[in-house]
Amino acid sequence: MNSFSEAAGQTFSLLASADAKLVDIVLLSLRMSITAALIGGVIGLPLGAVIAVNEFRGRRTLIVILNALMGLPSVVVGLLVYLLLSRAGPLGSWGILFTPTAIIIAQTILIMPTLAALSRQVIGDAWHEYREQLRSLGETKLGAAPTLLWDLKFSLVTIVLAGFGRAISEVGAVMIVGGNIDGVTRVMTTTIALETSKGDLPLALGLGFILLFIVLALNAAAYVVNDTAQRRYG
Amino acid sequence: MVIIRRTFLALLLALAALGAQAQNRFIVVASTTSTEQSGLFSHLLPVFEKKSGIQVRVVALGTGQALDLARRGDADVVFVHARAAEEKFLAEGHGVRRYPVMYNDFVLIGPKVDSAKIAGGKDIIDALKKIESARAAFVSRGDNSGTHIAELDLWKASGIDLAKARGPWYRDTGQGMGPALNTAASMNAYLLADRGTWLAFKNRGDLEILVQGDRRLNNQYGVMLVNLEKHPTVKRDLGQSFIDWLVSPEGQKTISDYKIGGEQLFFPNAGQVGV
Repeated sequence: MNSFSEAAGQTFSLLASADAKLVDIVLLSLRMSITAALIGGVIGLPLGAVIAVNEFRGRRTLIVILNALMGLPSVVVGLLVYLLLSRAGPLGSWGILFTPTAIIIAQTILIMPTLAALSRQVIGDAWHEYREQLRSLGETKLGAAPTLLWDLKFSLVTIVLAGFGRAISEVGAVMIVGGNIDGVTRVMTTTIALETSKGDLPLALGLGFILLFIVLALNAAAYVVNDTAQRRYG
Repeated sequence: MVIIRRTFLALLLALAALGAQAQNRFIVVASTTSTEQSGLFSHLLPVFEKKSGIQVRVVALGTGQALDLARRGDADVVFVHARAAEEKFLAEGHGVRRYPVMYNDFVLIGPKVDSAKIAGGKDIIDALKKIESARAAFVSRGDNSGTHIAELDLWKASGIDLAKARGPWYRDTGQGMGPALNTAASMNAYLLADRGTWLAFKNRGDLEILVQGDRRLNNQYGVMLVNLEKHPTVKRDLGQSFIDWLVSPEGQKTISDYKIGGEQLFFPNAGQVGV
C-alpha cells in the first residue's frame, strides 16, 4: 500500500512542479498519438466505409482479417517497422529510424485495423438499415460511403478515440522504432518503463497516473464537444 | 485510384519531411542498459553536447542487441561491455577500432537471508558453486547482454554445465538489468549485476551485495566507431569526435566525477593496454 501513497505523492509533486522535461514528454506523446489517430482516421474510416457498402469477392475474408488485426501485437508492428526503416532495410535511405516520424508510422499501422474494422461494423449496420432509403434518394454505392461517414460522424469520433487510446498507451513498438532516446523519442509510456527499470516504482506509477489523467481529460473534452454538436446539429 | 495514390505519396513525403527537419548535428550511440539506467549518460552527455554542439542520441539495449543494431548500420557509435563480442564485431569489419573507456565491476547480489551462505566471500566461483548446490533461486538476464555474457563465462569457469544443472532454481528472465533486479527483489533470488545499475537502483527490497572484489568480476567498457566503408550513412567525423572526447582527459574526468551517494560508479582507464 505504501507504494500507492508514495505514487500519489509523486503525482502531486510532479504536477505542482510542472517539470519542463515532463511537459515536453507529455506534449511529444500527445503530438504523435494525435497525429497517428488522425492519419489512421483519414485512411481507416473511408476504408471501413468502402468495405461496408460494397460487395466484392473476398469481402468476408477481408473483414475477418481486419477484425483479427485489431489484436495485432505491438511488438510485431515495432519489429516490422524497424526492419523496414533500418539502414539495412528497404526504406533505410529515408533515415527516419529513431525519430518521432518512425513512431507515428508504427502507431498508425497499429491502430489502422481497429479504425477500419470498427467503422466497417458501424457503417455496415447503418447501410443495412438505410440502404433502400438511400437508394430511393438516388444515391449510388460510391456516394453512399461519404454520406454514411458524414451521418455517423458522432459514432466515428468514438472510434478515432479508441485508436488514439491504443496509440498513446502503446509501449512495445514505440520502444523499438523510437529507441526511447531522451529528448527525442522518449514518450510517457517509455519513460514509465525506464523508471520501472531503475526500480523507482513510485515515480513510474506517478507518471502512470498522469498519463491516465491526460487520456481522461482528452476523452472528456471530446465527449463534451461531440455531445454539444450532436444536440445542436444531430 | 490515382488520387488515392497521390494522397498517400504526399502523406509519406510530409512524414519524411517531419523527420528530416530535426537537428542534423547528432549521432546515434547504441549502448547498454547499464550506462543508461545507472544515470551515467544523463551526467556525461550534457557536458559533451554543450562543448561540441553535437547531440548524442542514445539507444540503450543489451550489448548483444546494441552490436546487432550497429551491424545493420543503425548506429554511428557503439559503447558496450563485452570484449570478446566487441572484437568479433571488429573482425567482421563493422567497427573501425576499439578504445577502452572505463571499468567498474560486477557484484553478486542476493537476499539477506542468504540460504546459500555466501555473504562476505571474495571468491565468485566458490559462491556460484554454493548457489548451484543449494539450488537457491538465481535470476539470469538471459538477453545476450554484456552482464549475461559475463555471467555465463563465470558459470563456465566454475565448472558448472548450466545445460545440465539448470532447473527451476535458475530463472532465465530475458530482461534488462533493472527489470532483472526487480524480479530478483520480488522473489529474493541471487543475481549478477553491474555495480553502477545496482547503486542507482531503488527497489532493492531485501537484496544486498554479498560477493564483491574478485578480479574476475571486472567489467570493462569499450567504444567503437561503426565502419563507414561497410555502412555509408555513418557520421564518421561526429562519431569520432565523441569518441575522442570520451578518452580525452576532460571526458575521463567527467566519467570519474559521476557519483551516487559519494560513491564513484565508473573508473576511467582509456589508453590502458590489454583491457
